[in-house]
Amino acid sequence: MNFDFSDDLKELREQARKFLRERCSGAVVRRVLEGPEAYDKGLWSEIAAMGWTGAAIPEAYGGVGLGHLGLCVLAEELGSALAPVPFSSSVYLATEAILAGGSEAQKRAWLPKLASGAAIGTLALAEGAGKADPRRLRTAFRNGVLSGEKLPVPDGDVADLAIVVAQGERGPVLALVDLKATGISRGAVETIDPTRSHARIAFNDTPAETLGAAGEGEALLRRVQDRAAVLFAFEQVGGAQKSLQMARDYALERYAFGRPIGSFQAIKHKLADVYVATELARSNAYYGAWALACNAPELPLAAATARISASDAFFLAAKENIQVHGGMGYTWEFDCHLYYRRAKLLSLALGSTRLWKDRLITQLETANAPL
Amino acid sequence: MDFDDTAEEAEFRAGARAFLEQHARRREPGSGLVYRAGNESPEFRQRAKAWQAKKADAGYAGITWPKEWGGRGGTAIQQVIYDQEEGKYAVPRGLFDIGLGMCIPTLCTWGTQAHRDRYARKALRGEEVWCQLFSEPAAGSDLAGLRTRADRDGDNWVVNGQKIWTSGAHYCDFGVLVARSNFAAPKHKGLTYFFLDMKSPGIEIRPIKQISGQSHFNEVFFSDVRIPDSHRLGKPGEGWKVSLTTLMNERYTIGGRASVGIEDIFELARNIELDDGPALKNAAVRDKLADWFVSSQGLKYSHFRTMTALSRGETPGPESSIGKLVNGSKLQNLAAFALDLMEQGGVLTNPELVPLAGVFQQTLMTSPSSRIAGGSDEIMRNIIAERVLGLPADVRVDKDLPFSALPTGNVKERS
Ligand SMILES: Cc1cc2nc3c(=O)[nH]c(=O)nc-3n(C[C@H](O)[C@H](O)[C@H](O)COP(=O)(O)OP(=O)(O)OC[C@H]3O[C@@H](n4cnc5c(N)ncnc54)[C@H](O)[C@@H]3O)c2cc1C
Repeated sequence: MNFDFSDDLKELREQARKFLRERCSGAVVRRVLEGPEAYDKGLWSEIAAMGWTGAAIPEAYGGVGLGHLGLCVLAEELGSALAPVPFSSSVYLATEAILAGGSEAQKRAWLPKLASGAAIGTLALAEGAGKADPRRLRTAFRNGVLSGEKLPVPDGDVADLAIVVAQGERGPVLALVDLKATGISRGAVETIDPTRSHARIAFNDTPAETLGAAGEGEALLRRVQDRAAVLFAFEQVGGAQKSLQMARDYALERYAFGRPIGSFQAIKHKLADVYVATELARSNAYYGAWALACNAPELPLAAATARISASDAFFLAAKENIQVHGGMGYTWEFDCHLYYRRAKLLSLALGSTRLWKDRLITQLETANAPL
Repeated sequence: MDFDDTAEEAEFRAGARAFLEQHARRREPGSGLVYRAGNESPEFRQRAKAWQAKKADAGYAGITWPKEWGGRGGTAIQQVIYDQEEGKYAVPRGLFDIGLGMCIPTLCTWGTQAHRDRYARKALRGEEVWCQLFSEPAAGSDLAGLRTRADRDGDNWVVNGQKIWTSGAHYCDFGVLVARSNFAAPKHKGLTYFFLDMKSPGIEIRPIKQISGQSHFNEVFFSDVRIPDSHRLGKPGEGWKVSLTTLMNERYTIGGRASVGIEDIFELARNIELDDGPALKNAAVRDKLADWFVSSQGLKYSHFRTMTALSRGETPGPESSIGKLVNGSKLQNLAAFALDLMEQGGVLTNPELVPLAGVFQQTLMTSPSSRIAGGSDEIMRNIIAERVLGLPADVRVDKDLPFSALPTGNVKERS
């Protein structure tokens, strides 16, 4: 057994950490939080130039063929730094969808651009508040055109390409849309986490192509979600770890009643619980990474496990980080709220833990799963 | 990253499987919790000893122990592989955990080769069972507050005092003991570590009835018990250092155990009916089961991470404390929830009247102990906060004072 990342990938992690420390400081995140830009374009092009956007794309399609384990390592660092770039939409969702379901022509058309960062992709599923059940979507895809409204679409205001989940003639379908096409109106919307932009996109007889075989849209969507869940889990683990670190550092610095607050058991035990949740989430994410990288039949189960664990851990870590900081934690000036926002955003990005728990148990019911 | 066995590991696994297939029966749901329910009847002990001897003779006991201790000199990964395979079989478990997990490793680390030759092999074959005489009425979490006294008398030590919560003292052959040999020194500096024959004159063992109704642990009284100086481990006054060897192994023994109960609760949820069909179809039930599954998996893969570190020759850190912390509460909550699913019938304890032969009812009553024994939940959280996160130690008022000058509490004695 070798349940760890290779030395090469650990080296990659160190490089990524160092790069992000220099190029993605709190000030960079705050420029997007408070400014008009949807994302940090400079950071995005540097990340793309290093090949991160093409990490899991084969070289034949312009990627660097680093593989999914490498992508997991990068995701953790991006999550830790709260990188304000459309990485998750473009890389975990759009790229994975095309890799999983795209025709040769679709791959040739889009993967090289996604790899180089020249194009930004996203996946559009939700249609307002409430469960986005693929079988009850209002957005329709018929006779090669798409109509309906998607809200919120992560990075939808800046994306060049969207994979839109819609109602097709024979059930749910994934429609690939070039967002320069006709019949599209879109605009940014406000969300709980302004460091990651979201949009409303209305389609009106917009030309689109089917992604994947007819009648298999739902299965393909699940596959893409499973794959993305593992990658999101690494971002979440990165965020949880950073939140814990911030809380721990503050607990050593801040004195009350003549002692560091970190010497009070109420604080120590709280942080121990955050540590435990984060470690469990990390271990579950590692298992997800393994399943993702080798396309194991266990992937759906591993992905659901990783997602639930990571969503819960990040939110716990982020809210307790605010708590440990006291009044300071509730200020705009301190970074605690940035993690709190991101934690909730990511926990909803692919569906809530409620949905994933149901998915998990369904797996365990059907598969002869090892318990 | 992979879970694949190397060629050598695969060979080892095949050997372990063949051994188990030949000598043991496959496990059924529910049977995993039998030992934890306190099954320590003489009949059980007989079976456990017979199994242990077979295991030792085949080279599957003491897998990671060095050859000088009588072990296999194998790797941590081999131990994991063996445990994985053994976990699938209904074999008697747990009787030797304290002895082989804690006492003998301490004896072998601090004792002489003659000690190892005399005791390790017999313990490994289950011929002699060992107990741990650490806790006292006034010293549990605060072990270094113990007051059983050891006075030097020529080539012997004379021990007087009382130990408590000693698991298995009533059937054990030997024990390890920490006692205070210097009352004028600060609490951690006046201790000395021994091992002793539990049949020594002057030892009186009284069973304590637990909330489960069973008597798994005991009070042990010492009246002028003589221990030869050759049974001392470490120098006089350095008993604390030796104790730490035992305690580190304790965390590891307990923390490393695979998580339990998940398959049993699934089995129950599949078969018991709620208003709208099998419990497993109910949203609230699914939510809980998912949480427990996720934390069990998290522990399983944390364990794999620890094992990966071990196989590279790194020492597992205090991270391994999380297993015990997570499992204790989970077991308790899971048992309570299982009873809820049975509604009022959940109060029944006759194995013939309730699902899975009453394993949840038993677990309800035994699980509080897993949050106390071997370091309470609170102590575990302290350890994580201090040793992993680097937060300050609790404020201490007792560290540098002579032991005899320390304030003591006034808890009502058990009558
Ligand atoms: C089933 C079982 C088997 C056992 N077997 C053995 C055995 O074989 N040999 C042996 O030597 N001992 C054994 N023990 C004893 C066990 O190690 C002690 O019970 C344990 O260390 C707790 O000590 P205590 O019972 O004195 O509780 P206390 O130490 O009095 O603790 C009482 C409460 O105070 C809390 N507390 C104590 N100190 C702190 C602190 N610093 N910060 C926060 N909270 C604190 C504890 O967490 C607990 O909730 C066994 C116990 C059980 C339940």
